[in-house]
Amino acid sequence: MNLRRIEERFFFTCMIVSLLVVLSSLVIIVSLIVFNGASSLSLEMITQTPTGGYFLGGSGGILNAILGSLFLALPATGLAYLIGMCISLFLQSDFSPSWMSNSIRLFLDVLWGIPSIVYGIFCLMIMIALGFSSSLLAGICALTLLEIPIITRYIDESIKTVPIGLKESSYSLGSTKFETSIKVIQRQALPGILAGVLLGLGRGIGDAASILFTAGFSNNIPTSLFDSTAALPTMIYSLYAQPNPVVREKAYAAAFLLLIIVLIISVVSRLLTRRLTKHVLR
Amino acid sequence: MITNPEIQIQTKHLNVSIHNHEVLKDVNIIIPSKKLTAIIGPSGCGKTTLLKSFNRLLEIHENVQIRGEITVDGINILQPKLDVPDIRKKMGLLSQKPYPLPMSIYDNVAYGLRIHNHMSSKKIGELVTHCLKEVGLWNEVQNRLHDPASRLSVGQQQRLCLARAMAVQPEVLLCDEPTSALDPLSAQQIELLLKKLKNDYTVVLVTHTLRQAKRIADYVIFLYFGKIIEQGPADQVFNNPFRPETKAYMKGDIS
Repeated sequence: MNLRRIEERFFFTCMIVSLLVVLSSLVIIVSLIVFNGASSLSLEMITQTPTGGYFLGGSGGILNAILGSLFLALPATGLAYLIGMCISLFLQSDFSPSWMSNSIRLFLDVLWGIPSIVYGIFCLMIMIALGFSSSLLAGICALTLLEIPIITRYIDESIKTVPIGLKESSYSLGSTKFETSIKVIQRQALPGILAGVLLGLGRGIGDAASILFTAGFSNNIPTSLFDSTAALPTMIYSLYAQPNPVVREKAYAAAFLLLIIVLIISVVSRLLTRRLTKHVLR
Repeated sequence: MITNPEIQIQTKHLNVSIHNHEVLKDVNIIIPSKKLTAIIGPSGCGKTTLLKSFNRLLEIHENVQIRGEITVDGINILQPKLDVPDIRKKMGLLSQKPYPLPMSIYDNVAYGLRIHNHMSSKKIGELVTHCLKEVGLWNEVQNRLHDPASRLSVGQQQRLCLARAMAVQPEVLLCDEPTSALDPLSAQQIELLLKKLKNDYTVVLVTHTLRQAKRIADYVIFLYFGKIIEQGPADQVFNNPFRPETKAYMKGDIS
C-alpha cells in the first residue's frame, strides 16, 4: 500500500484517539461526580449553613460556601473586567506605541502563567503587613489578580479584530478617542469581551489555591467585607478530608453543585450574548 | 491672513512619509469650495493618503510623518494645539468599504448628533429622517429603523454612511473610491447623490475610474506616484492636458 495513504490513516487514527481521550475524561469525571454526589444532594444542603457537627456527620448544608463563592467570584470578575477593559483599550495602536503595547502583552502572558497559589500567598503577605486577617476582601483581591490576565488577553484579542475602517468612520464624525472606545469599539468587540469575562468567572469560581489563605473559612454566611468566608472549592476540600464516608459523599455533592453553577452561568451568558451582540458587524 | 472664499482647502509643500517611505512629495494643491474635485491617478500612488491628510486621519496610524502646511478656510490644521475632533467634524468621510457603526440604522445617523449637540430627541428624530430622505434611503428603512445596520445591503450601507456623515453638517465631503465596492446600480445612485450634493458641500472624490471623474468632476487633480502632475478645471485636464504623463494616463497608456 502507498506510504502516503498509510500516513493519512495513521494521522486520522491519532485524531480519533485524542478525541476519545478528551470526551471520555469529561464523561468519566461528570459521571463519577453525579454517581457519588447525587444521592447526598438535598434541599437541606443548599439552603442551610453547616452546624458545629456538620463535618462529623451532623445536620446542615453548604449555603455558606455557595454564597461565599458567588460573593468572591462576581465582584472579582467585575473588577477584573473594568481593569482589563482599560488596559486593552490602552493597548490599541492609537493610544500606545507598539513597543509599549508589546511589552505590556508580554507582562500579561507572564502573569497568566503564575500559579494561583502564588497570588494567594502574595495577597496574604500584603494582608498581614496591613494588619488584616483572612477576609472576603482579601479573597476578592486575590481572585481579581488571577482573572485580570485572562480577561485582558481575551478583550485585547477581540479589540484587535475591530477593523480600522470602523475606527476611522467614528473619528471622521468628530468623535474623541474615548467616545469611540466606549460606544463603538466596545460594542463591536462584545462577543470576545463576553467570552473572556465568562472564562474569567469560571476560573475564579473554581479556584481553590488563591482563596485558601486569603478568604479563610467560616461556617457562616459573610455579612461584611472583613468576614472570613468559605467557598465551594475549599468546602469540597474540607469535606473530602474527613474520615467519615457519609461526609465524603457530601464533597461529591458540593462538586456537583459547582458544576451546575458553572453550567447555569454558561447557558445564561450564551443567551445574553445573542441579545447583546445583534448589532455587531460580521 | 487673506482667505479666498473660493478656496476651501489648500496644501503647501505637503510631504507625507509612512514607515520612512515617501508617499507624498511636495504637494501643492487647492480644493475649490462647493465644487466636486476629483483626485485621479494610478493605484497606490498616494490618493487616499492625500485625502486622509485633510481631516488628520493619518495620525491614527503608526510611523507617519507629515511636513508642510494644510489650510482649511485659512487655518493651518497641522498646528500643534488644535482640537482634532473639531477639525474632523467639518469633514465627512465616505470610505471605499462602508463601515456602519455597530448600532441600529437610526442610531447610526444619530451618533454624530448625540456626541456634538445637546438636542432633544424630537429634533434628533427630525434630522435623522431628513438625512435618510436626502440619500434616498428613507422609503427602504422607515419601518425598520431600529434594526441592526449590518443587515442592510452594501449599497444601502454606503448610503447610510453618507446620511451619517451629512447629519453633523460638514462643509467638506471626502470620498475615497465610494463606489468601487458596489454593484453598478448602487454605484450609480451614489454618483447621482454626489452630483446633487456638490452644490451644497465641497466634495473631494478619489477615484481610479476615469469615466466616473469625467461624468461628475468640476476640478481635477492628477497624482502620479506621490507627485502632482497637473491640476485644473475638468474640461482642461481631460480634453487639453499640458503634461505628457497626463496625456498618457488619459489615453490609457499608464494605469
